[in-house]
Amino acid sequence: MTELKPDIEKRSEFDIEINGTVGKPFVDNPKMSSRNCDVFYGDKQAIFDVNLDIANNEIIAMIGPSGCGKSTYLRVLNRMNDTIPICKVTGEHTLDGEDIYGKKQDPVLLRARVGMVFQKPNPFPKSIYDNVAYGARLHGLASNRSELDDVVESSLIKAGLFKEVKDDLNKPGTGLSGGQQQRLCIARAIAVDPEVILMDEPTSALDPIATALIEELMDELKENYTIAIVTHSMQQAARVSQRTAYFHLGKLVEVNETDKVFTNPEHQLTENYITGRFG
Amino acid sequence: MSVQTILITLFALLIFSFFIGRKRSIAVSTPVGKTGGRRNLHSRPHYYGYMVAIWAGIPALLILALWTSFNSSIISSLTVSGLSDSLQSQSKDAIGLMMNEVKNLAESGNIAAESDPVLRNAASHYQRLQGISTLAKTVIVLVVSLLGMLIGWRLISPKMRARNKVETVVRWAMILCSSIAILATVGIVFSVLFESVHFFKAVPPSDFLFGTTWSPQTALREDQVGSSGSFGAIPLFVGTLLISAIALIIAVPLGLMSAIYLSEYAGKRFRSVAKPVLEILAGIPTVVYGFFAALTVAPFIRHWGEAIGLSVASESALAAGLVMGIMIIPFVSSLSDDVLSAVPQSMRDASYGMGATKSETIRQVIIPAALPGIVGGVLLAASRAIGETMIVVMAAGLSAKLTINPLEAVTTVTVQIVTILTGDQEFDSPKTLAAFALALGLFVITLLLNYVALHIIRKYREQYE
Ligand SMILES: Nc1ncnc2c1ncn2[C@@H]1O[C@H](COP(=O)(O)OP(=O)(O)O)[C@@H](O)[C@H]1O
Ligand SMILES: [Mg+2]
Repeated sequence: MTELKPDIEKRSEFDIEINGTVGKPFVDNPKMSSRNCDVFYGDKQAIFDVNLDIANNEIIAMIGPSGCGKSTYLRVLNRMNDTIPICKVTGEHTLDGEDIYGKKQDPVLLRARVGMVFQKPNPFPKSIYDNVAYGARLHGLASNRSELDDVVESSLIKAGLFKEVKDDLNKPGTGLSGGQQQRLCIARAIAVDPEVILMDEPTSALDPIATALIEELMDELKENYTIAIVTHSMQQAARVSQRTAYFHLGKLVEVNETDKVFTNPEHQLTENYITGRFG
Repeated sequence: MSVQTILITLFALLIFSFFIGRKRSIAVSTPVGKTGGRRNLHSRPHYYGYMVAIWAGIPALLILALWTSFNSSIISSLTVSGLSDSLQSQSKDAIGLMMNEVKNLAESGNIAAESDPVLRNAASHYQRLQGISTLAKTVIVLVVSLLGMLIGWRLISPKMRARNKVETVVRWAMILCSSIAILATVGIVFSVLFESVHFFKAVPPSDFLFGTTWSPQTALREDQVGSSGSFGAIPLFVGTLLISAIALIIAVPLGLMSAIYLSEYAGKRFRSVAKPVLEILAGIPTVVYGFFAALTVAPFIRHWGEAIGLSVASESALAAGLVMGIMIIPFVSSLSDDVLSAVPQSMRDASYGMGATKSETIRQVIIPAALPGIVGGVLLAASRAIGETMIVVMAAGLSAKLTINPLEAVTTVTVQIVTILTGDQEFDSPKTLAAFALALGLFVITLLLNYVALHIIRKYREQYE
């Protein structure tokens, strides 16, 4: 088939070599870092030798074609892959210099420090209040009802949702609109007071207005949190992030300042992707 | 023709109608000398086939059904009106008896052997009427069917909306089916209700509802002494609730825990083996459980009880309840397992992503989301326990003692219904009618149970999309 009808773009994509990561994958004093990261689903390798640092209080965007392993890599950072029995992660991964896959590390506590927001808004079928209070209750962050009230209120305020829902805290979170639900999920993640927030295509199920609200929100959140966001939208990556990482077939091809990635990419594959030649 | 032959003929006609309808729809839509007429048709050709078949089938079937159901009463009354006036003026019962004889005679095919000339005449009259009726029925039904087929066939035109018509008929068929189910339920309830009213004419409701002795022995003959019967149902209902409670105390935790293990912890392979094996528990005949309870569990409980100085009856509520509990485990576990597994992965991810452990996630997210299904399973188990008879007969006995001590012999409502109805009794004696009152009581209890469960679900349900 390929012989009969050569697909130039496809062929060039596979012919271009990926020899390590170009650009600036490393920073001084990183919040999180990965070295020699491989991930396998059963026999199938999904991530190949990824080395990356994430700086304090930055927003790093992860882009790349579908199936290139962005979600898989993101889930390495809070050990969500542990919940998939066939998934195996290798390499060294640290948070503030601590080995997060070490024997002493409790994955459950790690996830309280590295929160996650998912692609599809997934509020619990509980009240708005209980959704936000969920993590705080789990980790005993409030010792009485009024402290809990404060946690809920401040998290909702930080997520930019408080004004809209302050009279409906007892209504089910699933009754909100998609954009509100996603902000509720962000509030829920913030309520545990994490240090890093991982977002896996948080706006791909939302309309442009809800998306804009969440992008604004991310800008505010970066004052207090470090954010890694996977996104399908290059515009979004360009708007919200300081650095951008380009993944291709499980490999980390290029990491650079976002401006540079979108105006003057170093790697041919990155250029192909951002100019829309595949993806 | 007999009804079966008529039905088979009709069926053949329907198939035929389908094919001619389909064929004609294509024919009428295709301009002469061209092909591809299907595009001009409103509906696909087979819908026209169905439509013609419906026209040929439904009116004819309706007539057949009506005719068959009224046939015998009309013919009987015609036969009766052919009798002499003196015979007609007999009591209803006498006429009914006589008509039965006439029918038997007519159907025996040997009328000449009867010695009574009145019966002989009536029987041949009856036979003649029957013959006419059958012939007329056959002719009319088939003619109506053919007429229907013709009408349907004539109706076919490219613009005709056969698809919508067929859809309407299908809808009505569905409505009919669901009404039959509902009517059957209503019918059963009402018949139980009427017989209970009869019972309550003989026994005051307060005696039944609040009486604490149950000994339904009534006098067989009017002049018999000493057994007036006493119909206090409390011991029976207490016995039922006691045994069901024991069964549920066993089944709910065990069933729920195994469901949680199967859906959340067990591997795929283990689950695919363990689940069917667990479900087999519900498929073992209850009589097997019964003798298991009576021969193995009851003696075991007795030994064990006596060892620690308790007096245990050889038949006990505990033995029956324990075994029943094992039997109903799958009702809880299987249904709960299904609903637990149906809770979307995104809920689990959300919870794990916040730093919840597996058991926290199960307790605070998965079980609340699956609650309606779990309550449903428990309810099913409870109704099964309340209705169970065989295990109780064999392991808990027949003595209607009012006690909540699980180590004593008790009896249940269903067991008493069985013992009442299997004796030799007049049908309208209070003893027999008591069965209906008991059934009504069970029905009310089950209804209440459902009502309460529905409220629990409404109150605590957490609905995911
Ligand atoms: N749970 C899983 N089991 C097996 N393979 C998986 C699983 N999740 C992802 N993969 C595979 O890993 C690769 C990367 O997937 P993913 O990280 O979801 O990509 P992306 O998020 O970039 O679209 C894909 O080839 C995908 O098929
Ligand atoms: Mg993904």
